[in-house]
Amino acid sequence: MALYSEKVMDHFRNPRNVGVIEDANGIGEVGNAKCGDIMKMYLKIEDDIIKDVKFETFGCGSAIASSSMATELIKGQPVSEAMKLTNAAVAEALDGLPDYKMHCSVLAEEAIKSALEDYNKRQEN
Amino acid sequence: MIYADNAATTKTSPKAIEKMVEVMNNTFGNPSSLYGVGQKAKEELEKSREEVAKVIGANPKEIIFTSGGSEADNQAIISAARLGARKGKKHIISSAFEHHAVLHTLNKLQGEGFEITLLDVHENGLIVPEEVENAIREDTALVTIMFANNEIGTIQPIREIGAICRKKGVLFHTDAVQAIGHVHVNVKEDNIDMLSASSHKFHGPKGVGFLYVKKGIALTNIIEGGAQERGKRAGTENVPGIAGMTVALKEAIEHLDENYESVSAKRDKLIAGLKEIPHCAINGDEKKRLPGNVNFCFEGIEGESLLLLLDDKGIQASSGSACTSGSLDPSHVLLAIGRVHDVAHGSLRLTINEETTDAEIDEIIKSVKEVVEYLRSFSPIWRDLVAGKKEFIL
Ligand SMILES: Cc1ncc(COP(=O)(O)O)c(C=O)c1O
Ligand SMILES: [Zn+2]
Repeated sequence: MALYSEKVMDHFRNPRNVGVIEDANGIGEVGNAKCGDIMKMYLKIEDDIIKDVKFETFGCGSAIASSSMATELIKGQPVSEAMKLTNAAVAEALDGLPDYKMHCSVLAEEAIKSALEDYNKRQEN
Repeated sequence: MIYADNAATTKTSPKAIEKMVEVMNNTFGNPSSLYGVGQKAKEELEKSREEVAKVIGANPKEIIFTSGGSEADNQAIISAARLGARKGKKHIISSAFEHHAVLHTLNKLQGEGFEITLLDVHENGLIVPEEVENAIREDTALVTIMFANNEIGTIQPIREIGAICRKKGVLFHTDAVQAIGHVHVNVKEDNIDMLSASSHKFHGPKGVGFLYVKKGIALTNIIEGGAQERGKRAGTENVPGIAGMTVALKEAIEHLDENYESVSAKRDKLIAGLKEIPHCAINGDEKKRLPGNVNFCFEGIEGESLLLLLDDKGIQASSGSACTSGSLDPSHVLLAIGRVHDVAHGSLRLTINEETTDAEIDEIIKSVKEVVEYLRSFSPIWRDLVAGKKEFIL
């Protein structure tokens, strides 16, 4: 039995939206090296729509796959929709994660939200 | 496929398989039975005991067959603890990077009122004999120090530690699971009172191993029942497994010196190649280690993703990262040698053997370089390190 679903392995092997957005207007970083997973999300939002999203991740297979899937789920979405992203949705879209890897999907949700909050803060200023 | 995880387990030797099949076919009797086929099994069992004993310089009566290394560790430590407790000795000395079969048994004893001293294993992964001597007290019941570490492969100064224990009159147990069949082990010369070994680490079958106990040391049963193994380990003996283990052990010992030479040379080549990767470090002393063990930390990446990508390239290895252990903490061994969490997550253990070819070593070096570089290309930690926002640890 494989550790991960085919979907997880696909997103791990071929992560979507990897990299940085130089002129991002929302950036979020969550996790820490101590626990073994760090995710950084870059958002380019125009007219309240997520035009582009990129990520960088230090972490295990499911952390990389979760980051990749999370970016796919919010790309092209309005900010209000992206705010509703849940870790369960990320995990489900990956055809499930092992129980002890669910924290990776939580981190992906948090990374997206942290980047959106950064965007909101920048808008206020 | 390049199998580089021989510390996890080894491929079963064809000769051992042949022997096991032969025993299962022809010697299926119960060694406790009186009739022919039972007595034939008994003969097979005792022949194995003699051969195993001979290999480590013991007497056959000092060998107890077990279900493997874990059981042998449990029984050795529990037995020494019971013996000590009878004399009011409830202190045990061990090290911070023992296998969990040892550490968890010690935890259990701690819960029963034993005091446990875990010695520092230092940055090079080596225990200092004088520190063992200094830790020994009037009430020390046991010193248990592994012969060679399963993750970083460092070989401990067992003979010196054993000599100290003899001098102080303290029982000395060593978990030699990773050492037997790979380096010379002799219980007499090495001053060992108790020793654990496991068949599947030297090309024997899984689920079988043995415990050496010096004459005069009374064992406590872990498994109660029939009077097998001189009443110290109940259960109908795993005759085919034991016979297979014995064949594998003899084979390993026969080729020990030549394998040691050739595997060490390949290990050194692998180490030299991996050292070319920037910001990495070898874990454990570079020379005082098992011939087949290579263990590195690479800064800025995580071990599980490294393993998965190496697996895609046909290379099987292991890591001490949290994500491979199912817990949030990276390997206790890497933490014990002072690796901080940040880099301990990025570890890679490659354990090669006599069948590993030079071409495979080149292939491993090339693949690891590629994968480390790729993972670093989108690692936020690596970006910060390169940008100077964070200081390199390695
Ligand atoms: C050092 C050490 N001790 C004990 C064990 C446990 O041996 P077994 O798997 O035979 O129970 C292992 C195997 O992983 C080991 O490497
Ligand atoms: Zn993880």
